Amino acid sequence: MKTSLTGIQIWAMPVLLGLVSTGGLTAALLSDGIGDAVSWIALAAPVVTALWYGVRRT
Amino acid sequence: MLTRSSIKHWYLIHKWTSLICTAFMLLLCLTGLPLIFSDEIDRALGYSVTPPDLPETAERADLDAIISAAKARRPGDAVQFIVADPDEPDLWFVRMAENVAAAKPSAFYAFDARTGDYLYQYPLDQGVMNIMLRLHVDMFAGLWGTLFLGLMGLLLVASLVSGVVLYGPFMRKLAFGAVRRKQSTRLKWLDLHNLLGIATLVWFLVVGATGVINTLATPIFGQWQSGELADMTAPYRTMPPVREPGSVQKALDAARTVAPDMSLGFIAFPGNGFAGPRHFVAFMQGNSPLTSKLLKPVLIDAQTGGVVETRELPWYVTALLISKPLHFGDYGGLPLKIIWALLDILSIAVLGSGLYLWLKKRNVSIEARLDALPNEKEKDCA
Repeated sequence: MKTSLTGIQIWAMPVLLGLVSTGGLTAALLSDGIGDAVSWIALAAPVVTALWYGVRRT
Repeated sequence: MLTRSSIKHWYLIHKWTSLICTAFMLLLCLTGLPLIFSDEIDRALGYSVTPPDLPETAERADLDAIISAAKARRPGDAVQFIVADPDEPDLWFVRMAENVAAAKPSAFYAFDARTGDYLYQYPLDQGVMNIMLRLHVDMFAGLWGTLFLGLMGLLLVASLVSGVVLYGPFMRKLAFGAVRRKQSTRLKWLDLHNLLGIATLVWFLVVGATGVINTLATPIFGQWQSGELADMTAPYRTMPPVREPGSVQKALDAARTVAPDMSLGFIAFPGNGFAGPRHFVAFMQGNSPLTSKLLKPVLIDAQTGGVVETRELPWYVTALLISKPLHFGDYGGLPLKIIWALLDILSIAVLGSGLYLWLKKRNVSIEARLDALPNEKEKDCA
């Protein structure tokens, strides 16, 4: 029987994605140039994560 | 750890808030998708203007001449606003309407800010993009339509929050991103719903909440007009409204002297809801990425052209102004718009998979579903 995951195991990725998304949403608001680039990379993270896990074959 | 009965409560919240708002959220996500690129689409369709190439010059046309030229084009109408665009420093835009206070514009002109030449008249209320915009903003139902969509947005926020609460118990035996493809189509879509939902959560929450704030634009500005603006113009209350306002160029020059580090966003003409019966109001913007989204109103006497007062906008208007870029995704260039569109498509998948899961299992109780979780044990839930 599979054992239950701990809270950290369950929430590590969601919290990380949430923080990265928040950073991305804020970066472009505070600075042009560098801030825009940071926002592109940071907000691409949830998209790439969703597609990576969503389409991979296990 | 959530008890079984609290999971059930959160599940009911998730189910009902989602069920009520999903159809409207699908409409908003679908119409919002082309709206992300409305500037690009307008440009591609030719509904835009580029200032002609001229030798570099610091010369600026007189605003009063531009106003006269606009009035000559529509002699029966009134100028409501002069609008500037920080991305197009060589253009002035003039909005006209049947009268200065009318809610709907009758014309929106572009003028060359260097020569004062008339350049272009934007088409109003026509085209596919206008249909998208109206469906997105008010479903052709005016303020009540907008407020209704705001209510649906609140339900979305509740649905997202309850979804996060449920994510924990549903993922207790599954590694992040695990998608059970082999067992049943329903389980596969449940896992995809959880994955896409948690990945896009913060973006969806921010776009949803800022969308709700945007639906309150009319009451928010109404509050400012009847509160702060009425207060600023109070000493003039007993005086008659001006029929023919004085020089708008003089008014702008005066506004610039009290806000030297700022540039003009727009000027509202006397008699408009954003000005006073006897005053222009120049709304000045900062020059940093963040402060360029904010506005500072400068009240100018329409007859003397002198500055009467300037005060910062209250927090609730500032919240509205900040929520606009965060809803539109137009503050980080084309790459950000593309990412915005991808996140929007993923959100459509979250809404669609949620609807599918409900259709598929609407006759099965949450108890049966909890029992079906991998190796779920009563004691684990307690």
